[in-house]
Amino acid sequence: MRWTGRNLGLTLLLFALTIAVWEAVVRILQIPIFILPAPTQVGMALYRGLASGLYVEHLKYTLLETLLGFIVGSALGFFLGTAVAMNRYVEFFFYPYIIMFQSLPKVALAPLIVVWFGLGLTSKVINAALIAFFPLLVNTMVGLKSADEDRVSLMRSLAASERQIFWMLRLPNALPFVMAGLDVAMIFALIGAIVAEFVGAQRGLGMLIQSMNFNMDVSGQFSILLILSLVGLLLNRIITLIRRRVMFWDPSEKDLLEPATDDVAAARVGRGLPAEAKEGVTP
Amino acid sequence: MAPVTTEAIAVSNLSKSYATRDGGVTALDRTTFDVPEGEFVAVVGPSGCGKSTLLKILAGILPASAGEARLRGTLIDGPRRDIGVVFQSPVLFPWRTVLDNVLLPVDVQRLDRGRYARVGLDLLSLVGLRGFDHRYPWELSGGMQQRVAITRALVHDPAMLLMDEPFGALDAMTREHMNLELQRIWLERRKTVLFITHSIPEAVFLGDRVLVMTPRPGRLLDDVRVGLPRPRSLDVMNTPEFGRHVHHIRALFNVKGGVDS
Repeated sequence: MRWTGRNLGLTLLLFALTIAVWEAVVRILQIPIFILPAPTQVGMALYRGLASGLYVEHLKYTLLETLLGFIVGSALGFFLGTAVAMNRYVEFFFYPYIIMFQSLPKVALAPLIVVWFGLGLTSKVINAALIAFFPLLVNTMVGLKSADEDRVSLMRSLAASERQIFWMLRLPNALPFVMAGLDVAMIFALIGAIVAEFVGAQRGLGMLIQSMNFNMDVSGQFSILLILSLVGLLLNRIITLIRRRVMFWDPSEKDLLEPATDDVAAARVGRGLPAEAKEGVTP
Repeated sequence: MAPVTTEAIAVSNLSKSYATRDGGVTALDRTTFDVPEGEFVAVVGPSGCGKSTLLKILAGILPASAGEARLRGTLIDGPRRDIGVVFQSPVLFPWRTVLDNVLLPVDVQRLDRGRYARVGLDLLSLVGLRGFDHRYPWELSGGMQQRVAITRALVHDPAMLLMDEPFGALDAMTREHMNLELQRIWLERRKTVLFITHSIPEAVFLGDRVLVMTPRPGRLLDDVRVGLPRPRSLDVMNTPEFGRHVHHIRALFNVKGGVDS
């Protein structure tokens, strides 16, 4: 689907209609504000929070936690994933623990991490990193191992060293997987940061939600949820833009360009990446 | 006619067995043949006759169980840099442009990129891809991609070109066209070529000689010299001599059990 004037109009209409129905339902049924606030009330709360500078301050803090956690977690995931994929000893001795750790719901570790690392920035970054780590680890591993056998044979027939095969073939081949991992990791880092703030923090949007909950300020909570979903969307867009940049060669990134003949389409499907691997891992 | 020739490829008593759960499988059994410098040799046989095994051993990516293969007198005991290989699929790297794909051997062997870029561009014109050097593989058709693969195999000026059913994945029309193109390129460059196929007409059309192999165990059955004059056009396929060769080779398979040609 494309953004024609008509589609844009329909989208706006649908949005306005949803908000209107919501407002009407709350007013007609007289739902109390501490159960479900009307859109206007959420809007008021949002305005108050933004105008006073309260939200911005906490938002900055949560963003910092998220980004630091994302960077640390994905860097670790990438390097450990590379080590597991490229070294069979590392794979043999460490991979079982990695799998065990992966099946653990990582948010359950948040209380412990807050106890160990305090109420400040460190515990949030560590929690965010811990959750962001796995999609990168798994996708890097899969990406590096999924290098096409024929391509490896070609490199070997050219007398390429293992190091050359890694840099010239395996790493670029893994990029689509790594980028898909980053996509997931970014959102996971946000989740990690918010959960850690729930458990115990002095600043951040998660902490703010928690304290509003104690005060039955449901409109305020809604306004922060709105901010969080916008932040998630924005972070996701940034990764998508980076991915387009890095993977200019991946035809799935540019659907508008036409192939020379349908042979190409067939060839593309032939070397296509497994969809499930490209989509990353589940939480 | 010329009694003294330098043998580009010398294969003697080459065997390859794979260990399996129930004993072992002999993929290639005591195969011996020579290929003089500059000759185009087609190897034809049904699936499982060990022709791909033969190619992998010659490419140095598979060790032989017994016997030896030599290229210009030196033993092939591992991957080497004076061999160009073309596989059944083009095996291009999607993140490299056409020219960068062609220059892959140059990058791997750390040769002078500037100098070989010129060689690569010349070769791209030779295979009919002038002006495509900055395109990406997915912008090309299957036949064009395989031309890029052939160019890549030629760019570092190898002593021998190994081709493993390079046109097997193409449709019949494109395939005939590529056969003509390959002959043209070969007439221009005169490389020693070992061309593996399971199409008897393709083998007879392209080869100076056709090595006929049988399956289980992979063994050399016959060595057919094709004396058809070059350049051969597609019409040559209608000549009695062409038909005689095809018939002869097909009869060999029918005696030994069918072939999928």
